[in-house]
Amino acid sequence: MNNTVSPALDVNTIRDAFPILQRQVNGHPLVYLDNAATAQKPLSVIDAISDYYKGYNANIHRGIHRMAEEATTAFEATRKTIARFIGAASSDEIIFTRGTTEGINLVAYTWGKQNINKGDEIIISEMEHHSNIVPWQVLCQEKNAVLKIIPVDDNGELSFEIFKKLLTPHTKLVSIVQVSNSLGTVNPVREIIEEAHKAGARVLIDGAQSSVHLDINVQDLDCDFFAFSGHKIYGPTGVGVLYGKKDLLEAMPVFQGGGEMINEVTFKQTTYNELPYKYEAGTPNIADTIALKTAIDFVESIGKDLIREHEVELVKYATRQLEDISGLRIIGKANNKVSLVSFVIDNIHPSDIGTLLDNMGIAVRTGHHCTQPLMKRFDIPGTVRASFAMYNTFEEVDALVAGVHKAVKILL
Amino acid sequence: MNDDKSISEIEQEIIEDFALFDSWEEKYEYIIDLGKKLPPLEEEHKIDENRIRGCQSTVWLIARYDNGKIYYKAESDAVIVKGLVSLLIRVLSGHSPSEILNSKLDFMKEIGMTTHLAQTRSNGLLAMVRQMKNYAIAFSTINSTVDKSL
Repeated sequence: MNNTVSPALDVNTIRDAFPILQRQVNGHPLVYLDNAATAQKPLSVIDAISDYYKGYNANIHRGIHRMAEEATTAFEATRKTIARFIGAASSDEIIFTRGTTEGINLVAYTWGKQNINKGDEIIISEMEHHSNIVPWQVLCQEKNAVLKIIPVDDNGELSFEIFKKLLTPHTKLVSIVQVSNSLGTVNPVREIIEEAHKAGARVLIDGAQSSVHLDINVQDLDCDFFAFSGHKIYGPTGVGVLYGKKDLLEAMPVFQGGGEMINEVTFKQTTYNELPYKYEAGTPNIADTIALKTAIDFVESIGKDLIREHEVELVKYATRQLEDISGLRIIGKANNKVSLVSFVIDNIHPSDIGTLLDNMGIAVRTGHHCTQPLMKRFDIPGTVRASFAMYNTFEEVDALVAGVHKAVKILL
Repeated sequence: MNDDKSISEIEQEIIEDFALFDSWEEKYEYIIDLGKKLPPLEEEHKIDENRIRGCQSTVWLIARYDNGKIYYKAESDAVIVKGLVSLLIRVLSGHSPSEILNSKLDFMKEIGMTTHLAQTRSNGLLAMVRQMKNYAIAFSTINSTVDKSL
């Protein structure tokens, strides 16, 4: 690996591994606080992509030549790494997708079509990303099934008691986000999975935000499906993972037809390839999938525990200072919260704050964060969201706080 | 308003106004001030038909056609967008459909605000400009129809 980092979280050394952090934005050093949208990439990940194209670009699985073998080995090494990273029983349970959204859609269009019938119920929550709402809405409309919503309280936490009441013998699926992208809330997915299973329902966990911050063990959690994206864990865009329990993946119908996913094709009938290839039609995103392993190696070389501790300290530090700003309200005050702080300020539109911060070189996200029902629940047009990663510093939080003070002064 | 000045003359005035500012802060303070001074759109007009929904902010736009000229009124829920809306209205309102359709709005680039018209901003501004031009197309059709019937 190109980036060696000492065992204790040494943010300055970590920062050196990320070339983009050197750049200036609008004449200021970049303060990148939009990590929940996408994380920056260490040089080793960028190198892994170009190494593939420079050194062994070949299509995988089919070739007889040397480079095809090298590419296949590297590609499959990522699958093994992911299986270990999330505690899957077998790498056959790791399906490569374009990202979390495609993973959820894959389940909706395969398992969902096969298993959801008229009158069945699917439970999601009020804090879901649109990606974990729309596929189920489409499915429920098509099948005449019912979509039920777990409400969010004023602190941004799910009501577990109401969830238990929503569960009925008709509940076939609970699809829930582990960490909210708008609030930072960590949901009690272990308890949710346990209750859902007691009721005979399957559970899909949206791990888009959680996979980078929390230790994930799908066997220990006993979730049926787990979807996440590579680009939020310092990997490339365009590659994600869907985990599914083997028996479910084997029983589900195919998603897309094409090359790779077949066993034998005649014009009369096609038999399908074994797992995981059954769900991977066509030439996959080879370069980015290979580089995803490098990203996970990088995260693991530093240690998720250390990263999480650092990020939680940043959140606490930012929250404390932001709360001193007159008229500022933190949206999402869950007890168990990671990685981000979302806020609104009285009489100021979030996008105005974002625009002015951008002029100071500070990148935050403003808007509804693809969670419009949640924004409606809090009766706000959106929030300003600062989300943290391993390379963010306390000085950057100071810059954010000073920037917000300045923006408020200009705006009011 | 804008009775004698062409669109490009008004654009030039705005460019000259902005040339006086030394920093981005001064520019934005001016835009925010314009936003605060923009007369609010009557509540009855803040309906879905007049709504241009951006990912970040919302704009409401109405247009009136009078004596060969289009008069716009608009508002936004974000004050910076509102200030930019105010500038766009100052430039385009009170002109004929053909003048409006031919305008390129180059002043936005000159005053360093072109990023706000970029698609990624999704603040509703780009869609508002398109809608302003759509009104111009619609009203020019009415005009020719009226002319023919006379």
